[in-house]
Amino acid sequence: MTLLSLDITAQAGGFDLAARVQAELSGVTALFGPSGAGKSTLLRAIAGFEPVQGRIVFDGQVWQDGAQSLPPHRRGVGMVFQDTRLFPHLSVAGNLRYAARRAQGAIHQDDVISALDLGPLLARRPGGLSGGERQRVAIGRALLAQPRLMLMDEPLAALDAARKAQILPLIARLPQVFGIPVIHVTHSIEEVTQIADRLIAMQDGRIVASGPLAETFARLDLGAGGSRFEGGVILRGRVSGGDARYHLTRLQVAGHELIMPEAGLHAGDEVQLRIRARDVMLATVRPEGLSAQNVLPCRITEIVSEAETAFAEVFLDVDGQVLRARVTRAAVDQMGLAVGGQVFAVLKAISFDRRLAA
Amino acid sequence: MIDLAPLWLTLKLAGLTTLILVVIGTPLAWVLARGRGWWKPVLEAVTALPLVLPPTVIGFYLLVTLSPSAPLGAVWRDVTGEALTFSFSGLVLASCLYSLPFMVQPLQAAFEGLGRAPLEAAASLRAGPWDAFFSVVLPLSARGYLTALVLSFAHTVGEFGVVLMVGGNIPGRTKVISIAIYEHVETLNYAQAHLWSGGMLVFSFVILLLVYGLNRRFPVHVS
Repeated sequence: MTLLSLDITAQAGGFDLAARVQAELSGVTALFGPSGAGKSTLLRAIAGFEPVQGRIVFDGQVWQDGAQSLPPHRRGVGMVFQDTRLFPHLSVAGNLRYAARRAQGAIHQDDVISALDLGPLLARRPGGLSGGERQRVAIGRALLAQPRLMLMDEPLAALDAARKAQILPLIARLPQVFGIPVIHVTHSIEEVTQIADRLIAMQDGRIVASGPLAETFARLDLGAGGSRFEGGVILRGRVSGGDARYHLTRLQVAGHELIMPEAGLHAGDEVQLRIRARDVMLATVRPEGLSAQNVLPCRITEIVSEAETAFAEVFLDVDGQVLRARVTRAAVDQMGLAVGGQVFAVLKAISFDRRLAA
Repeated sequence: MIDLAPLWLTLKLAGLTTLILVVIGTPLAWVLARGRGWWKPVLEAVTALPLVLPPTVIGFYLLVTLSPSAPLGAVWRDVTGEALTFSFSGLVLASCLYSLPFMVQPLQAAFEGLGRAPLEAAASLRAGPWDAFFSVVLPLSARGYLTALVLSFAHTVGEFGVVLMVGGNIPGRTKVISIAIYEHVETLNYAQAHLWSGGMLVFSFVILLLVYGLNRRFPVHVS
């Protein structure tokens, strides 16, 4: 586990950045927030490209302290830019060599080339590559600089959905394959749930939340800025089997069995599921004669009433995992829901996000 | 038989001037391309002065500054034993000043066109500033350099007024082609004047054709 400690401020063109966080980095950390929240500015500050005041410490090494700043090329940060910035005067192989020649470490060129499938591109010029190919080369080039930290500045923003779907799993695998923590900037909640292990959320130049994905995600839309996407939770589970006759997949989640429509999964797969708060109903007794078949017994841990609206968010504990239901405030009162109470959660829909490493 | 001494002297002067200017012009253009302070327009204006000043003005000030009775001229004479005025060294110095904008402006445009992006990419790949300059900026600015080198060289070949005022007309030392032509015309030796003038015309046209042609036809690739 690597610690990134930030306490920085910057003014850039009427924009105020005041970011403060102690973030443990492992796997992929999504730096998430709406456009204009300051994600890219923060990322560039970490890389050393943006003049800021304050303190940045990465893994025990001081990168910035007041006016003292370690120059970018000494930070050991691999940056993947949205516009790739491959060197047009060099071939793909030349671009990779540029990085490899300036760094020594455990990451081998052959491994990078095979992991990102760069073999067929080596002799070509960056100008002749497609957007997705260019991003793969840029990722490979950044890896070969033997970075201690990979920074990705919305590398998929310019790609279509099909290319995104090809490259996202590559990014998700980088920390395991090459042992480097990744910070990935995105404004897409789908990207977050598909690749992130941890989450740093930004809004209006401030960091509003930081922590492991499931915990942070469950409360993401509750902060001062209000919701910009639909609140929900992420659950982890394991595929326990299938039902060929009804085209269903059976999952074990928090010691309970759930079923969902077949999603091309195999028994034993570790999966991540996303459940929207509005797809969860609550019952005080185990419901009978209901078309929804996924019912989980839970304990209420918190009830957040939204002033000026009809709704309340009910947080639930299911054997250690967090679940969340969006119900009316009237229902909370009439059912006598209170923290500590036992209820049954009825899941109307489950969406499968991604397969985790087994 | 035609005396070729002015040709060799001109090539030597233009070559040396271009070489010195690329060394001085690169950092100057870099500072102008990257700078943001109040001093930037001041420096830009000073750099562009030789474009608009009559050569006689530059020549006059240089004559005053370089003369052995002025501080700079005196120091030079004490160190080298030679006066800067009416000497080849003085001519090189004058040419550097006179052709400076032709080196700086194309380079500045090239550096500005490059922007910060390739430098940040290089820094993220562990290249320090010098390394990044030689491995990324230089090859990506190749066209700007080509234009700057050729124009500086050609412009120095074509200078007249400054040379006349600072260097005079000393065969083998300061008598460059443009001065030789002037002398031939003054002495009504039109045959020689035609020869040198025709040569200059063709040379200048070929040079410009080269610059514009290369800029259009070949994208710069270095492997």
